[in-house]
Amino acid sequence: MPPLITQHDLENRVQDFLAAHDPRTTSKQDFLRARFDAGLAWLHYPEGLGGLGLPRDLQPVAEKAFAAAGAPDNDPRRIGIGLGMAAPTILAFGSDEQKQRWLRPLWCGEEVWCQLFSEPGAGSDLAALATRAVREGDSDDWIVNGQKVWTSMAHEARWAILVTRTDPDVPKHQGMTYFVLDMTAPGVEVRPLRQLTGEAEFNEVFLTDVRIPDSQRLGAVGEGWKVAQTTLMNERVAIGGGSSPRESGMIGVLAQRWRENPGVRDSSLHDRLMALWVAAEAARLTAMRLSAQLAAGQPGPEGSAAKYAFATLNQQISGLELELLGEEGLRYDDWTMRRPDTVDFVGRSPGYRYLRAKGNSIEGGTSEILLNIIAERVLGLPGEIRVDKDVAWKDLPR
Amino acid sequence: MSEELLYSEPEEELRTAVADLLADRAPWASVLARTESAEPYDAELWKALGTGIGAAGLLIPEALGGAGASLREAAVVAEELGKAVAPVPFLGNLTATALLLGVHDAGNGTAAAADELLRRIADGEQTVAVAIPFTRSPDTTYKGRVSVTPWPPREHPHEARLTGRVTSVADALPADVLLVPADGSIYVVQSSDAQRTAVTSLDMTRVLCDIEFDDTPGMLLTTRYGALQSALLSAAAILASEQLGLAERCLATTVEYVKTRHQFGRAVGSYQGLKHRLAQLWVQIAQARAVARHAVSATGEEQAIAVAVAQAHCSAVAVQAAEECVQMHGGIGFTWEHPAHLYLKRAKSTSLALGAPSRHRRRLAELVDLPAS
Repeated sequence: MPPLITQHDLENRVQDFLAAHDPRTTSKQDFLRARFDAGLAWLHYPEGLGGLGLPRDLQPVAEKAFAAAGAPDNDPRRIGIGLGMAAPTILAFGSDEQKQRWLRPLWCGEEVWCQLFSEPGAGSDLAALATRAVREGDSDDWIVNGQKVWTSMAHEARWAILVTRTDPDVPKHQGMTYFVLDMTAPGVEVRPLRQLTGEAEFNEVFLTDVRIPDSQRLGAVGEGWKVAQTTLMNERVAIGGGSSPRESGMIGVLAQRWRENPGVRDSSLHDRLMALWVAAEAARLTAMRLSAQLAAGQPGPEGSAAKYAFATLNQQISGLELELLGEEGLRYDDWTMRRPDTVDFVGRSPGYRYLRAKGNSIEGGTSEILLNIIAERVLGLPGEIRVDKDVAWKDLPR
Repeated sequence: MSEELLYSEPEEELRTAVADLLADRAPWASVLARTESAEPYDAELWKALGTGIGAAGLLIPEALGGAGASLREAAVVAEELGKAVAPVPFLGNLTATALLLGVHDAGNGTAAAADELLRRIADGEQTVAVAIPFTRSPDTTYKGRVSVTPWPPREHPHEARLTGRVTSVADALPADVLLVPADGSIYVVQSSDAQRTAVTSLDMTRVLCDIEFDDTPGMLLTTRYGALQSALLSAAAILASEQLGLAERCLATTVEYVKTRHQFGRAVGSYQGLKHRLAQLWVQIAQARAVARHAVSATGEEQAIAVAVAQAHCSAVAVQAAEECVQMHGGIGFTWEHPAHLYLKRAKSTSLALGAPSRHRRRLAELVDLPAS
């Protein structure tokens, strides 16, 4: 039995730490490194790797205490892929040396991570990916060639998690291997991927004869799919703001416009507005109910439904907003190519909202795939007929 | 507040008791058989549910012999009744109970009469209904077409004679007592003193009636007309849960069917044309559960918003579920011998009842300051 640490013990520990490392006089880097070394970074990680092996639900206690003391944070939005996807995978499959090398600078925000999974020919069907990794003779190096796409933060990342094809002669799920790639290695080229909104949140990454030492492999050769599953399972972010207030998000923008501009009102638009208002409120209450279920230890499958519902809603609401505007709806704020770090739905123009929302039903699982998941895993309906199951990857039509 | 969106353990226990009773006493084949009998309401089942399980007196305070429970518990009963399309006057009796509780809470001169009726409802001695068309929404300004003559003048100020007609009243056929909105007040009438005529109803499992009052004796219950609107608000909240239950049963039945029905050598449930629609329905039902729970938990000003949202959403979901149930069952779903039509008729009828979705959206627009013009 590990010793039980109460909320009170933890608060004391944080206070002791703050007494020894005054955030006002300690540099951000030194502070975060010391916090990691004290096991007060991610509490549920093992001791020696930034944690204390505590239950996850104690994390907010520590965050609150650090925030109250004005302590610097590790800019979690900027390193979201590292924290949410790379780190859990390294923890699960990495060797001791790999964990020691990567986790501390990852958590401290000194090294940004990105994810090299999707390819132009492998979107929903990720396991069809074609980026080849070939072992170079009897050496300890792999040579990688291929193209990855939809990579956030690739232009700022030091490291990437990468899934490759190492054996084309077996069915697709069996022939993959998972690596950590040094984004500064020769042969890695990052190009912005401009999207229909005019800006580029994402990148394309071209890999040409890139050399990866075998010491940067995660998991066994041929087990890349299993490792990738760990990454993807951790991609499921908690439904944000389980208790978001009424009229938050896009419906709030639309409602405000309706209230402030009596000139836009007409009776058929009004019934559509109210139907969307009801749908947004239903989605909001459903997200709240999901949070309550999780808090009560009754995890439900509503999470996959939530993303589907919000994608559909965002598209309908932003579409109606343009219709309300009439002439103003014909104007766009700015087509200039930019590199935003985050999606700004509320700050930009209605045309941007309408266009950016189109991505909501494609990114992170298309709506069609989500409906398949609900139908098969929740309702127990038969799976899709698979023509690719027992076919060697190299023989699949592409 | 988000815990309110879940079900408590006692609520789940109540659900199990009701579900067991309905599985035993109201299988769909007997519900169907009853629709063409002389007794469209199941008096025995209502007795077992109302007094055996105590569903008739759920909202009534313990001091008056009831369970002292809230709309949340009543909603769980309504979900199960919706699943079974059970022919019992639970909703009508609950509406009347809520009205009487409004009078009870006001504690004015007629509260004693209300209390006496509440006691009899809790005892299972009497079933009560409100004589108002089933379509009327909680924000109704319905004054009725029943006229009131004081009787006899001066000597008994609470007694009167009622004359007029009320059409399409739900759950009044099995009621012993009617609460009649007339002339801006509510009167108590013994239903045997009025002429009730069963209506051939779209929903064969909740048969409506037209009621004729002809110099019928009535006793003034309250002049507070707001008590009626507040009772209808409770009823609309409960109806959303009934619609949720109905939708859940339609989805479950349909999912089972498409797994077993084969065409072109495949289970028809393996086609995306059906899978995706069923998944979308499941999403809608998950949302219906959240809004229905909120509608029976909210109080004060929030209640009116929550109920309008729940009615606008759940009415549509129930109809969608029942229509998909018919369609995805194919030919068998169009027959009299399959229960799908019982659900379709109940679903469509409930969507018109207590205010159609468009009416609730209009009300909501007023409540959240999104004016139509």
